[in-house]
Amino acid sequence: MKATQSPLFGSVDEVTERLEGVGYLASTAVATTVYLADRLGKPLLVEGPAGVGKTELAKAVAAATGSGLVRLQCYEGIDEARALYEWNHAKQLLRITAGQGHESWDATRDDVFSEEFLLPRPLLTAIRRDDPTVLLIDEMDKADVEVEGLLLEVLSDYQVSIPEMGTVTATRKPFALLTSNSTRELSEALKRRCLFLHLDFPDPDLERRIVLTRVPELPQALADALVRTVRVLRAMELRKVPSVAETIDWGRTLLALGLDTLDDDAVRQTLGVVLKHQSDQVKASAELRLN
Amino acid sequence: MAVTTPEHGLPGHLVDFVGALRRHGVAVGPGETVDAAEVVGALDLLRRRELREGLASALLRRSGQREVFDTLFDLYFPPALGVGAQDVEVPRTETDDGSEGPVDVDALRDLLADLLLAGDEEALRELARAAVDALGTAGASGTGVQGVNGRPSWSAYQALRLMSPETLLARILDGMRQDGDPTDDFTDEVRRREIRDRIARFRKMVQDEVRRRTAEQRGRDQVAKTAVPKQAEQVEFLSAYAEQLAQLRRTVHPLARRLASRLAVRRKHAKRGTLDMRRTLRRSMSTGGVPMKPAYKTRRPGRPELVILCDVSGSVAGFSHFTLLLVQALREQFSKVRVFAFVEKTDEVTHLFEPGAELSGVMQRVLREADLTAFDGHSDYGHALGSFGEFWGEAITSKTSLLILGDARTNYRDPNLAVLRRLAGQARHAHWLNPEPERQWGTGDSAAHRYADVLPMHECRTAGQLADVVEALLPV
Repeated sequence: MKATQSPLFGSVDEVTERLEGVGYLASTAVATTVYLADRLGKPLLVEGPAGVGKTELAKAVAAATGSGLVRLQCYEGIDEARALYEWNHAKQLLRITAGQGHESWDATRDDVFSEEFLLPRPLLTAIRRDDPTVLLIDEMDKADVEVEGLLLEVLSDYQVSIPEMGTVTATRKPFALLTSNSTRELSEALKRRCLFLHLDFPDPDLERRIVLTRVPELPQALADALVRTVRVLRAMELRKVPSVAETIDWGRTLLALGLDTLDDDAVRQTLGVVLKHQSDQVKASAELRLN
Repeated sequence: MAVTTPEHGLPGHLVDFVGALRRHGVAVGPGETVDAAEVVGALDLLRRRELREGLASALLRRSGQREVFDTLFDLYFPPALGVGAQDVEVPRTETDDGSEGPVDVDALRDLLADLLLAGDEEALRELARAAVDALGTAGASGTGVQGVNGRPSWSAYQALRLMSPETLLARILDGMRQDGDPTDDFTDEVRRREIRDRIARFRKMVQDEVRRRTAEQRGRDQVAKTAVPKQAEQVEFLSAYAEQLAQLRRTVHPLARRLASRLAVRRKHAKRGTLDMRRTLRRSMSTGGVPMKPAYKTRRPGRPELVILCDVSGSVAGFSHFTLLLVQALREQFSKVRVFAFVEKTDEVTHLFEPGAELSGVMQRVLREADLTAFDGHSDYGHALGSFGEFWGEAITSKTSLLILGDARTNYRDPNLAVLRRLAGQARHAHWLNPEPERQWGTGDSAAHRYADVLPMHECRTAGQLADVVEALLPV
């Protein structure tokens, strides 16, 4: 590992500024942890409800620092061959057949397990890149427990051991970001290697600014009313609480319908945009006295 | 006011802080402490919010731990010493000689109402600080009765009683209406909830401030021991109060989802089975005899059946509510789950747990619609087990897992061990979850030990324990 790698950010304020430059408004918590993850060279584990901008954060960091984004989307049943690397069996077979008769077995064997026959998958790709890289491991909780074991080596030492070839070590540490919806508890070993950020719904001021950045045509007063209503909705016991993405959608909807105040008629018409379950809509209408 | 410097400077202080976290059930290893020290080195210590977030990212590993962390952080890294810098003055009545008189409570309430309306967090925090300083000493307002050591003792109750922020709600809403804002029911309701939320936060600010002042006086270890909230997972079902209950409900939901998804994964894995040699070799013919794609023996997936028998009497109300939430999640996951509730008699309540049904009212519906009581409404395990065996005995087959939830307090009636023994014998697995601490089993009217001889009984007092038990015992 090269200790001389220069950090991406100079200070917490710089993180905030540069993320804002690419359209991501970061709270103090986000800016501080991104700064620390970069400074301490540790992966950042981001946990939180759906739709608060976990994946967006990785994209924003990549854009703000001019790094390439390598993404590993986890799913149930993802394995080594999809995450790390795979040998190109078909090509290896061709190579063996081609060499038959005029080449010793030893030479063939050594050649068959070389770079040429290696299919790099996201993790290996990220390790081998020379340019600045953001490695996004998305929805870690969807992957099986065994995959976490694979990640330990990559995330703590930034290296990948390939038995047939040796160890590939990163020339430049990627900025690693893991996201999780916490559908299952990640293993302690993995968590210990990461900095932890619980990304929750933003405070009203920040959310208003986010909505206004995304929907600039929205009048200030309407954005204000929108954010306040969404906060009230979040405080209720609902099956699926509205996230930031839904607030933005709501803003767009109101704009498209040409509504300029958020009164009970407007809410009644558009409640389906923020609340995706029938039972939630019924409950919210009753509690907010819309009927 | 005594400000003690820790023996080993900042690192020593950090270790003390980590120690306090550990005492409150946040597992922090030495590795994390080293990380935290690196964080302290990398950040500007004068920027308290960044330090708070930075330390949290290094020390915490779960979102439920945040409240404990925040409270302890405020104790170990207080925002101010003593009265602190004052931006907001508490209004006082003028006395004849021009010196400051007692606090003008009405003017203070006006000020508070304005700030609540504006929703300015920082100003509210300042006001809480000033108000605690002026009003928060137990005794007469403003003067302060001397405590045991000749120092005032701080009281959030005192300060909040004088200001009584709750009573401001109606006034603030009236004020808004007079400003000519549109007043339909909806806008009104949103405002009301918003202001109520702000008032609750102001209360919390006052309590935090009192905790800080008390810590300065009595030592923070003393305060940390008593005044730090428990993590939701560690709150006991039977003793939880309203606010904790709401919090628990929020923890149980993802917990149930987590369990369900975990179970789904395990069922899928089981389908992989062992290698089928014959088919693998047959397949390898197409790739020149090299077995590229192994074939697995397909195993018939078992269909797990779950029968849940749940005590819903008053004494275990908190507990049964959460287990029922869990049942709901399992119901969505498994094809065959049957739920029975009992107090004196047993009745089937499976239909109340339709997947996707609204859960908040389900407990009331269970108590209202099911036929559960016969005489006095006290739980009667013997009779309940008897009626279950009599009417629904065939629900238990050799494929069934039986789960009984209850405190096993029989009110000194016959525990009816024979029926339970028969049911447990018929079922593939049988388990009992008991929300009482193990040391209380068998005391008084508890038949826990006698039941525990028939089938395994698990102590299940907190959401954390519930997760452990269910994960370990659910048949897949």
